[in-house]
Amino acid sequence: MIKIMRYFIILSVIVTLAGCGLAPLKKRGEQTNEDTTENQTAENKFSTPADDAVDKFASGDSLQVSSLNDPNSPLSQRVMYFDLDSSQVKDEDRDIITVHAEFLATHSEITVVLEGHADERGSREYNIALGEKRAKAVKQLMTLQGVAETQIQVISFGEERPVALGHDASAWNLNRRVEILYTGY
Amino acid sequence: MIRYSSLFLILWLSLFSSAHAILTIEITHGSEGSQPIAIIPFEWKGKGTPPASLKNIIAADLQRSGQFSPLPNKDLISRPHEGKDVKYQTWRALNVGYLVVGKIHALADGSFQVQFQLLDVFKGRQLAGYSIRSLNSGLRRTAHHISDIIYKTITGEEGAFNTHISYITVTRNKNNKKQYQLAIADADGYNEKIIYTSPQPLMSPSWSPDGTRLAYVSFLAGRPEVHVQNIFSAKKEKLASFKGLNNAPRWSPDGKYLALTLSKDGNPEIYIMNVNSRKLTRITRSYAIDTEPEWLPDNKGLIFTSDRGGSPQLYEIKLNTNRVTGRAQRITFEGNYNSRPTVSFDGRYVAMVHRTQGQFRIAVLERGTQNFRVLTKGQLDESPSFAPNGRMIIFATEEKYQGILSAVSVDGRARQRLSIKNGDVREPVWSPYKVNK
Repeated sequence: MIKIMRYFIILSVIVTLAGCGLAPLKKRGEQTNEDTTENQTAENKFSTPADDAVDKFASGDSLQVSSLNDPNSPLSQRVMYFDLDSSQVKDEDRDIITVHAEFLATHSEITVVLEGHADERGSREYNIALGEKRAKAVKQLMTLQGVAETQIQVISFGEERPVALGHDASAWNLNRRVEILYTGY
Repeated sequence: MIRYSSLFLILWLSLFSSAHAILTIEITHGSEGSQPIAIIPFEWKGKGTPPASLKNIIAADLQRSGQFSPLPNKDLISRPHEGKDVKYQTWRALNVGYLVVGKIHALADGSFQVQFQLLDVFKGRQLAGYSIRSLNSGLRRTAHHISDIIYKTITGEEGAFNTHISYITVTRNKNNKKQYQLAIADADGYNEKIIYTSPQPLMSPSWSPDGTRLAYVSFLAGRPEVHVQNIFSAKKEKLASFKGLNNAPRWSPDGKYLALTLSKDGNPEIYIMNVNSRKLTRITRSYAIDTEPEWLPDNKGLIFTSDRGGSPQLYEIKLNTNRVTGRAQRITFEGNYNSRPTVSFDGRYVAMVHRTQGQFRIAVLERGTQNFRVLTKGQLDESPSFAPNGRMIIFATEEKYQGILSAVSVDGRARQRLSIKNGDVREPVWSPYKVNK
C-alpha cells in the first residue's frame, strides 16, 4: 500500500508540475515520464556529502538525506493534527515542522507534498477546501523558514482518504491532518 | 403528452435496459394530511405474468411525494379495470378521493399498450385517461409517466417521477481495492447504470441542464480535476486542471457555464468558466475559503459557502451576464455551520448542510420569507439536491456506517430511504427535466 502511495505521489507531482508548465523535478537522474518506478527512484537517491555529521537530535539543517529512511530521525514524524473546523497549526507541531523546514531549506533538491485532510463531518467540497487550508498553513510555516515555494506541492483530499475508518471522535481526531510526503522516499 | 416518452426515452432504454434493482426503497415516514388514492392492480392481457407491477411502482411514486397515501391491497374492496365498471358510492364510503384503473395489453411485437384512467370518486367522473405504448423494458418508465400525469392532474404541479439521479458509489473490487463509481439511476433508484469507474476518488457530480452530460471532480491524476462526461457516448473531457483545487463544478441554468472552485491564485475562490471557450471569470476575492457555488435561476447570481465570517455560512452574490454586481451578502444566520447550498429550480428554496448540536442535517431556507427549517434527523446528512419540481430533496446520510441515500419532501412530512447492497452511496444529484420533454 505504501509503495503504491509513493508511486502515486511521484506520478502526481510529475503530472502536476508538467501541467503547470513548471520545470520538471530537478532531481539527479529523475525520470520525468510516467514510467518512473519505485526501483528507479530508489537507485537515484542522493549520495550523502561526507562532511555531513549524523546527529539525530540536531536541528533539521544538520540532517542528511539518509535520515529520511531512519525511523529514529526527527524527520520520521510527518503528520500534524488539527482541531475541528480549524486550520491553525498546533503549538506542539511547530517543532516538527521546523525540523522538516530546516532540512528542506538545506536540501533544495528535495521536494515534498503536503497532503491536507478533514474528517467525515460536514460537506465534502468544504472539507476539500479546509484540507487545503490546513496544508497551506503548514506550507507557510515552512516557507517562512527558508523552504522554496517550488519544493512544496499542496494537495487536499478533504474527507475522501481517512486513515481511521471509525465514526467517532477518536477516528475524527486522526483524520483531521496534514501529512508530509517526501517525493521518492 | 405521449411524445414525452419518445426520443429521450428510447435512448435511455436502448442504453440502460437492464433492470437491476440494486437500490431498494423503503418508506420510513408516512405523512399526515396526504390524499387517499386507490390504485387498482392493472389487468394483464397477455401470456404469463406482466414484467412489472405498474400498480406497485405508481403507488410507491405517489407515496414518496408525501402528498398521497395509496390504499394497501387488502383495502381494495373491488378491482375494476375500466371507469364504466366503477361503483363510486362504495369508494366514497371509504373516503377515497381518487381511483386509478387500467389494463396492459401485450402486443405481438413484444411491446405493450397501457390504458389507464384517473377517476374523481366524489364527482363520479374521469379526470384523465390515456393509452400509452411501452417497450418491454420500459414498463417501469411508463409507470413513472402515469405517476406524473396523476400528480399533475390532481396537484396542478409537474411531477418528477420520470427523472433520474446520479450519485457516487464506493465499493471494493475483487482485489479488495476501493473503486469509485459514477452512477445514474431512475429517480426511484431502479435501473442503476455505472457510467465511469476510477481507482481514485470521484466527487461532486453536476447535471448539464439538458440532462446529457455530467461534470464531476476526478482524482485520477492524484489531485482534483474537473471532468465532463457525456452520459450516452461516455466521451470525457478535462475542463479544469489548474494548480491547486479544481472542485465543486455546477452547471449554469442556461448550460453555457460552469461555476467552480479554483485555488490557482492562492486560496479557494469561485470562478465561472465558459464551457466552450474555457474562458474564466473570477467571482470572489477574499482571504477565506469560498467554495460550493450554486446558481440562482436564469444565471442571475450564485450562492456559495464561505468562512470569511469565521465559520462556514452561505453568501449570495448577484450577477449580470457574469459580471458581479454588488457585494456578497450573507444569507444564513442559524448556527455556526451552513454549507453546500442547493437551490430549487424556481429559486424559492435553498437547501444546505446545517450543523445543530454537533449533528449535520439538511435544512431549507425559503428565500422570500427567510423561514428556516431543519428537515432531517441524521448525524451525517449531506449533499442535498432538489427534484426538478422543487417538492423533494434527495440527500446522502449514513446508517450503520454505510453511506445511503434518502429523500425528504420540502415540507418535511415524508421521508424515504434508498439503500444499496454493497458499499457506500454518496452525493446524489437529481436530474433536470429533459429538454425534449
